[in-house]
Amino acid sequence: MRRCLASLPVVLLGGCAGNQSPLAPASDQAFALHSLFVLMMVVCGGVYLLVIAGVVWSLLSARSRRGTNTVPASERGLGRGLYVAAAAIVIGLTVLIVGSFLADRALVAARSEAAMIVRVTGHQWWWRIEYRDPASGRWIETANELHLPVGRTARVELASADVIHSFWVPNVSGKIDMIPGRRNIVDLTPRRLGWFRGQCAEFCGTQHAHMAFDIKVDSQADFDAWLARQNAVVEAAVSNTSSRGAAVFQRVCGSCHSVRGTPAAGRAGPDLTHFADRRSIAAGTLPMSRGAIQGWLAQPQALKPGTSMPAVPLLPADADAVASYLETMR
Amino acid sequence: MTPDRAHLERLDRIWRDPPGLWGFLTTVDHKRIAARYIVTALLLMFLAGMLALDMRWQLSVPENTRMTPQLFNESFSLHGSTMLFLVSVPIMEAMALWLVPLMLGARNMAFPRLGAFSFWLYFGGVLTLWIAHAIDVTPDLGWFEYPPLSGPAYSPGHRADIWAQMITFTEVAALAASVNVAATILKMRPPGMTLARMPVFLWAMLIASIMTILSMPAIMLVTSMLISDRLVSTQFFSVAAGGDNVLFQHLFWFFGHPEVYIIFVPATGFISSIIETFSRRPLFGHSALVLAILSIGALAFGLWVHHMFAVGLPRLGNDFYTAASMAIAVPAGLQIFCWTASIWAGPTTFPTPMLWVLGFLATFVIGGLSGVMTASAALDLQLTDTYFIVAHLHYVLVGGAMFPLFGAFCYWYPKATGRLMSERWGRLAFALIVGGFNLGFFPMHILGLMGMPRRVYTYPAGMGWETLNQVATAGSVIAVAGGMVFVANALWSYWRGKPSGADPWGGSTLEWASASPPPAWNIAFTPVVESLTPMWNDGRPLKAMDGLENDRREVLITSVTGGGPLYRQKSAAPSIWPLVAALAVSAMFIASIFTPWAIPAGALPIGAALTGWFWPNRPRAKIGPFEAKP
Repeated sequence: MRRCLASLPVVLLGGCAGNQSPLAPASDQAFALHSLFVLMMVVCGGVYLLVIAGVVWSLLSARSRRGTNTVPASERGLGRGLYVAAAAIVIGLTVLIVGSFLADRALVAARSEAAMIVRVTGHQWWWRIEYRDPASGRWIETANELHLPVGRTARVELASADVIHSFWVPNVSGKIDMIPGRRNIVDLTPRRLGWFRGQCAEFCGTQHAHMAFDIKVDSQADFDAWLARQNAVVEAAVSNTSSRGAAVFQRVCGSCHSVRGTPAAGRAGPDLTHFADRRSIAAGTLPMSRGAIQGWLAQPQALKPGTSMPAVPLLPADADAVASYLETMR
Repeated sequence: MTPDRAHLERLDRIWRDPPGLWGFLTTVDHKRIAARYIVTALLLMFLAGMLALDMRWQLSVPENTRMTPQLFNESFSLHGSTMLFLVSVPIMEAMALWLVPLMLGARNMAFPRLGAFSFWLYFGGVLTLWIAHAIDVTPDLGWFEYPPLSGPAYSPGHRADIWAQMITFTEVAALAASVNVAATILKMRPPGMTLARMPVFLWAMLIASIMTILSMPAIMLVTSMLISDRLVSTQFFSVAAGGDNVLFQHLFWFFGHPEVYIIFVPATGFISSIIETFSRRPLFGHSALVLAILSIGALAFGLWVHHMFAVGLPRLGNDFYTAASMAIAVPAGLQIFCWTASIWAGPTTFPTPMLWVLGFLATFVIGGLSGVMTASAALDLQLTDTYFIVAHLHYVLVGGAMFPLFGAFCYWYPKATGRLMSERWGRLAFALIVGGFNLGFFPMHILGLMGMPRRVYTYPAGMGWETLNQVATAGSVIAVAGGMVFVANALWSYWRGKPSGADPWGGSTLEWASASPPPAWNIAFTPVVESLTPMWNDGRPLKAMDGLENDRREVLITSVTGGGPLYRQKSAAPSIWPLVAALAVSAMFIASIFTPWAIPAGALPIGAALTGWFWPNRPRAKIGPFEAKP
């Protein structure tokens, strides 16, 4: 009965699970953590009920003694109770420590398998994402959107280009910090198709709140197609060099952003080769749309105060042309 | 026993402070100093609470642009730094400073001038941080300021330096206070108060002080390393030059975790005192409680890594720290058992201080259990840096330390003022604060599990976080309203409360033998202790000992373990030198934000002030005669 009561909160919480929640696990690793969470809730919930029952009992007992001149209760009974309490706490903790140990091992269970290598680098305030092309060994770069094939382990190498960030996609993975000068590794084995949301979990400065990214778990075939597309240059962008948008982009944006196959090869900001393919702009700050692109070009400091993206003074016609040019990058 | 009037008049002449402003600046009376500490800390608690309310307002709707990210980051940095460094730790030390001599039947602390110095320096730290806030140089990198974000490359300007030097101020002040408390408890106990007869409160204060002495140097070291990276280009935390950012985290949390227990352990002392008095029987499990506090004090130094599980340290090590962190639940659980058993075993009554004990039990246990969850190296990866942790830490620090503090405030208020607080308004404040707190913070557990990270100034719509954030905001408004009622009750009762007499509750320990409020000399005679509860003493009257002179300030020094009289020690008279020394030290600390030359240049005035302070002009100690009087 107590077990049922204690697991009630777990059931209720299930309703709160969204696409950024550890309560709706979508990978082997997140499943292991979720099971541990359920165990913890059951044990800790039960303990809380016991403690409150004890306090209520002591209140009733104290009330019954009031006014009467009762001799203090025998210390021996209480002393025995103390030993029982100690033993119960030790047993409960042992269960939890073993559970924690097993879950911790489950997080690295896939370490021995061959896995797909992905590099994620934290920047103030966006994510550089690089896939190793299995054929050429070259790195294929994108930003703020991580695609993973279902059922296959991805080994994510985490690094930082500036300050400490933390990689966290609760449905898929617990937090792992991205620390300058260190490389952390986390294995992800997704089991459920869909979009999930991740967010930086270590305070990293002014725009820590706007450092999100999306994860898309695809079937293997869809993923392969996506990766091949990312690997290719965008013909429209490459061939379109004479257009007004391309010219302005290369002159103004190209020193920070790169578009593969064109002279724009800046490394300070996100790679924009397949920009229009992504779901959001500026690390989850705005949804991808023509209006958002234009707004972002015009007023980045109003939409994401403190971002490294400067407000570039463009003629309205130039801004419009750049937005059109960016929209071709699919 | 009733001492004769001539004796009291001589005591008054010897111990009374000079009148007026000079007396205010030179006093070494531990009660006046502690009261200043407490009033300052409570004022800061109000200010930092307003910051919290401002942040709750901001978060009650998604995509809110009412606060800029910079303002929000400053607010949570100032809130956390103030609450941890300028409120929680100092107010616990201040409670010790106020109560320890009274509970020992002693006339002052072991080092009266050090107590004054400690307050003035703490006040310097308070002014540094809050004046910086007033002129918009507010630290904006959290209460922890991890490099490289706080390093010279990413944080130009002086915001981070202000934070680092505020730490130096408060830590020197805390060390001074802790040395004073530990020496007083170890060497100035009344005759007969062996270690085995020491009340749990004194054990708690002794252990918290020793923990402070052992842990504070780590944070002073690490903030000094940070400031020297920023000021003179050392490279402790510069990766390019072979420095290491994780070193900062280790040193910070080697202090940061014990700090939580430095705040919590004194609270266990409050709880023990209150329960003993109102259960009308010696506390059940005195030795178990003392051993529990001792083992918390020891374990606290072995689990700092549980703040760093996401850093990517070796897994086997993380498992060790998981077990060590969970092990804290053993002594904490046994404490809860002993307190509940004491309530159970006596004809316990429940005036306001006891209500706070119940509020503590119901709230703190939630914080303890969520602590067990976050202690797991694996599960913590989903919980750390989310609102789950915001909920957890407030349940532990507010439920586990502030509720006992409010109870202690109500419990010792009549001792400090000679008046009782209103029970009716006290119950209302209790209901609003405990209810509002739980309404405000419980939903944060769920928000964390719904994926809401900490320290974000806003969040997108459609994450499903809106409703719970609004509930949390409503709860915090209710709790603040309760706080207002509490303060109004304290102020009203100060002038209009019912006179309490020396011992309104029938307390068990020696502070209740002094008048209320206690005179400058605390107690007219030196009590002789024969049991754990000397004011009850199994129904026999309290014995007193004679032998301290009343024509100069004298205190009795006793042996560490047995509490046997050793000698009479002259106690320091009022002096301006602690204030002068604190001013000199403050000038050096503040100037060293701007130039490294402040350190050699500042050493001269400090040296001069200390020379004046320690100028030898008095005989030190005298032996006996001692004589026990019934």
